[in-house]
Amino acid sequence: MAEPEGAVGRSLPRSGARRLAFGRGRYSDDLRFPALLHLAFVRSPHAHARILGIDPAPAVAAVPNARVFTGAEIAEICAPWQGTMDHLPTMVSPPQHVVAVDRVAWQGEPVAAVVAASRAEAEDAAGEVAVEWDPLPAAAVRDRTLDEDVALVHPELGSNLCFSTTIGTGNSESALDEAAHVVDGRFSFSRHSGVPLEMRTVIADYDPGEGTLTVHGSHQSPWHQQDTLSRYLGIPEHLVRVVAPDIGGGFGIKLHVYGDEIAVSAVSRILGRPVKYVVDRMEAFVSDVHARDQAVMARLGVDGDGRIRGLSVDALTSLGAYGSLGRPPISEGMMTIMMAAGAYANERYDARLRVAFQNKPPSGMYRAVGQPIACAVAEQLLDWAAHAAGIDPVELRRRNYWSDEDYPLRTPGGLAIKRLSPRRCLDKLVGMMGYDALRAQQAELRKTGIHRGIGVATFLEMTSVGPAYYGPSGAHISTQDGATVRLEPSGTVRCVTSVIELGQGTHAALAQIVADRLGVAASDVRVVGGDTSTTPYGGGAWASRGLTIGGEAVWRAAEGLRANILELAGSILQADPSDLDLARGAVCDRGTGEPRIALSEIGRIGHFRHDTLPPGVQPELAVTRHYVPDAAPFALANGVQGSSLEVDVETGEVRLLDHWVVEDCGRIVNPLLVEEQIRGGVVQGIGGALFEECRYDEDGQMLNASFVDYLVPMAAGLPDIHVGHVETPIEETALGTKGAGEAGTVGAPAAIMLAVNDALRPLGARVTSLPITPESILEAVAAAERP
Amino acid sequence: MKAPRFAYIRPESLDEVLELLAEHGDDARILAGGQSLMPTLNMRLSRPRLLIDINRIEELKGISFEDGTVRIGALARHGEVMTSSIVAEHLPMIAEAMPHVAHVAIRNRGTFGGSIALADPAAELPACAVALGAEFVLANKRGRRNVAARSFFNGLYETERADDELLVETRIPAIESGYRSSFMELARRHGDFALAGVCCHARVDGNVLSDVRLAYFGSEDRPRFADGASAAAEGKAWSEDVKEAVKTALGDDLDPIGNFHASAATRLHLARVLTGRAIDRMVAAG
Repeated sequence: MAEPEGAVGRSLPRSGARRLAFGRGRYSDDLRFPALLHLAFVRSPHAHARILGIDPAPAVAAVPNARVFTGAEIAEICAPWQGTMDHLPTMVSPPQHVVAVDRVAWQGEPVAAVVAASRAEAEDAAGEVAVEWDPLPAAAVRDRTLDEDVALVHPELGSNLCFSTTIGTGNSESALDEAAHVVDGRFSFSRHSGVPLEMRTVIADYDPGEGTLTVHGSHQSPWHQQDTLSRYLGIPEHLVRVVAPDIGGGFGIKLHVYGDEIAVSAVSRILGRPVKYVVDRMEAFVSDVHARDQAVMARLGVDGDGRIRGLSVDALTSLGAYGSLGRPPISEGMMTIMMAAGAYANERYDARLRVAFQNKPPSGMYRAVGQPIACAVAEQLLDWAAHAAGIDPVELRRRNYWSDEDYPLRTPGGLAIKRLSPRRCLDKLVGMMGYDALRAQQAELRKTGIHRGIGVATFLEMTSVGPAYYGPSGAHISTQDGATVRLEPSGTVRCVTSVIELGQGTHAALAQIVADRLGVAASDVRVVGGDTSTTPYGGGAWASRGLTIGGEAVWRAAEGLRANILELAGSILQADPSDLDLARGAVCDRGTGEPRIALSEIGRIGHFRHDTLPPGVQPELAVTRHYVPDAAPFALANGVQGSSLEVDVETGEVRLLDHWVVEDCGRIVNPLLVEEQIRGGVVQGIGGALFEECRYDEDGQMLNASFVDYLVPMAAGLPDIHVGHVETPIEETALGTKGAGEAGTVGAPAAIMLAVNDALRPLGARVTSLPITPESILEAVAAAERP
Repeated sequence: MKAPRFAYIRPESLDEVLELLAEHGDDARILAGGQSLMPTLNMRLSRPRLLIDINRIEELKGISFEDGTVRIGALARHGEVMTSSIVAEHLPMIAEAMPHVAHVAIRNRGTFGGSIALADPAAELPACAVALGAEFVLANKRGRRNVAARSFFNGLYETERADDELLVETRIPAIESGYRSSFMELARRHGDFALAGVCCHARVDGNVLSDVRLAYFGSEDRPRFADGASAAAEGKAWSEDVKEAVKTALGDDLDPIGNFHASAATRLHLARVLTGRAIDRMVAAG
């Protein structure tokens, strides 16, 4: 039997990378538009203030071609929105204007939009807009937001509480009382943001002639944009087109709808001219969504054998002033309490979550949403429990994973798990690390005053979230994706997808899927997407869903085209289509593999020589399919990460020596792309572990809104990141993939925190706040030395 | 961010530059490598009326050695200083410091003179200049004067340079026989501004130190010469006791300014740790 060429599973280089290396990338800011106006925002210098008046006169005096739009003017054509969700009736979220009207609730909130002939002139004019402020007290100290004496972010709500909930089995406290060893900790996770290299960018062009709005922009979900622009600007949806050209990273930051971006379209609508806005880096820090920002108290009990007896978690998520449209801001906290220790057999678990507003930029999704917190808290407790029980931390984990016969199961946190492979991942990781040798080396070096640490953390990665969540929320978020696959007359193939390419290489993997199904080379498949007017409708790039959902749609479309090609070949060859197959660019005999007719012949005849076909044969050489993951709420990937590092206990420096990841994202379409995703994810996890933090003062002023002071990992300080794979394909799809885009970010902070604490253990010091800094290590060491 | 409007001029001669400075004074800024100036303009933190681009002025370029002194032209790029055989031979402290000065792209454009004239308190080169007894040559329309590094830095971005003066070169005594240097810094990431940094220079005879010069950066509003700590090591055979004495004395020399990267106490602690390590290494290098 002739097998297809099997492009799936191969580490093919992606064609898109070559284009970018040739300098042919076309990002939104590179595009040229005639009669373009440039927009700059006046943003609030206060975290909380009333706007008493806005005088545009000095701005227009300074730049005569400038025009100023206040929030009130924009509100006339754009209604405020509310980030409430139908399925969360107790979650509050106040109405939010796209540009502030009367009151600002965070430093950086847009107050007026200024357009001019150039960006420099728009900034000149924006600097001259006179705003009269009445500053108000701000809620800006994390963890104190719910205290009685703290200012209210939204006085009309009467409280800063956005949402609270409890989950669990109700019996963890008694279980903890009976446990042989109980460990606990108070953990803190800094506020950070995604800082993609390419800034948020939008060019809106309202054509008053046709009543169409065309928006080019750097966005992960153009469909979400299209829906929002249509509904809030009152433009019929079929007249709104959103195009996403090359995108320089998103990490979740660009899946949201932003008021400032909608305002650009509103201004274009008013002026009937194209208007461009590019967020600059300093603005990005106070306008891109922020994430994490969580304090967690947790207790874990184990029995004498190290088996988990019970776990309790109490999490407080500190939001910004608002959530986002259609994207609940409570996800960070919900993921934390749902997923903590989810890979481990435990029947006694209780958790509380409180989510509170602060006078800071709105909160949203950032790569791995809440899961790094769940992972770090649970894994650190397990490490401490292992030492309390006198059991090696790796062995303790092995004893506690769910057994294969437990699956499918529902964890006490509410996580539905079909199947996981943590034991296989752990065994492979331990081998890759040379775990025993590392431990021996660590013990030797400790005798010479060198403090090495080893951390091994098990992670779960919730990917490809389906309609069970977003459907009942009422949000206009599609969890479906679509694809059209078309045979060109020459026998090459075009694939039009709703999957958004933002640097992760998904389009290259889609080409491999098509190639696999149609028996052609991946280089003979061209994948395009990123235009809501020409591609099938879909969800976009978030929740590591591109291959699992969009890839399955492509698989199905390619399967449909394959059937059509074989049927057409059958009528041309007067053969039974079931006796035919596709391989090496030809229709061949299924039994012998002998080529019968080239795909280029099928294309030529199917497109140009209909006259030679039997009457009634209608070639269908383009097939569209959609896929929505309806059989499971999400695809749960899993894996284990390991970190080896050295702590200089006199200076507090952490030197990362090595990092390992073994992940199971189901069937792997392209190992190279998976490894890129894992490595990039680990690097962002290292950022969360050691560097990234939005620092605020008590008045809600961000102190480090530039890359000089907001630190991200840099290549020189990074260890080698070794990646291994375990493949457990999911059964719900033909393709069998799970997501891989967030795994690195989920597990890396935990592995590093565990390793730092492992290094500090002989000194009796602990760090439980991320990012871990030289200062926090020195303070922990000093605290341990104090009697 | 886009820079506010400014006038730009690129003179062909030093006299022309000095003439322009005499005329415009503080309304003008000198554009050398632009690695600090351009971001400052783009962030609209500074609004000079005129930028005077000195990149065409030949006599501000180059590195030379004569009569026991190394001359580093104001326009010498960091990358040039880093690879200079003259610097490697005669100014080992600066050679050691250069890889810590920002990153490759910045070193390709940024200049030695720019770093000195800007006087960022977290920068490496001003402190090296203080430790090594450098002199800065300042020129204006009327003439030239030399200012010792130890009396040049007045505070955060504040120096002895008058508004009509241009820093034209730095003159640094070459290391003498029997002397050794050691440079150490700590930063959150390699190339960042320092949390603490020390420049050590001394005559080392066996393990006996003399003419000890310790200078610090990343601590206060300017590079700081540590009189007390230097004196505590002077004439002493380096030992754990002397090391402790030096670290103790440093507490009186330094009054660090804390920020969110590290508190004052942490910065002092790090300066002490680095001092011990730097002198250990300097003594061991023999």
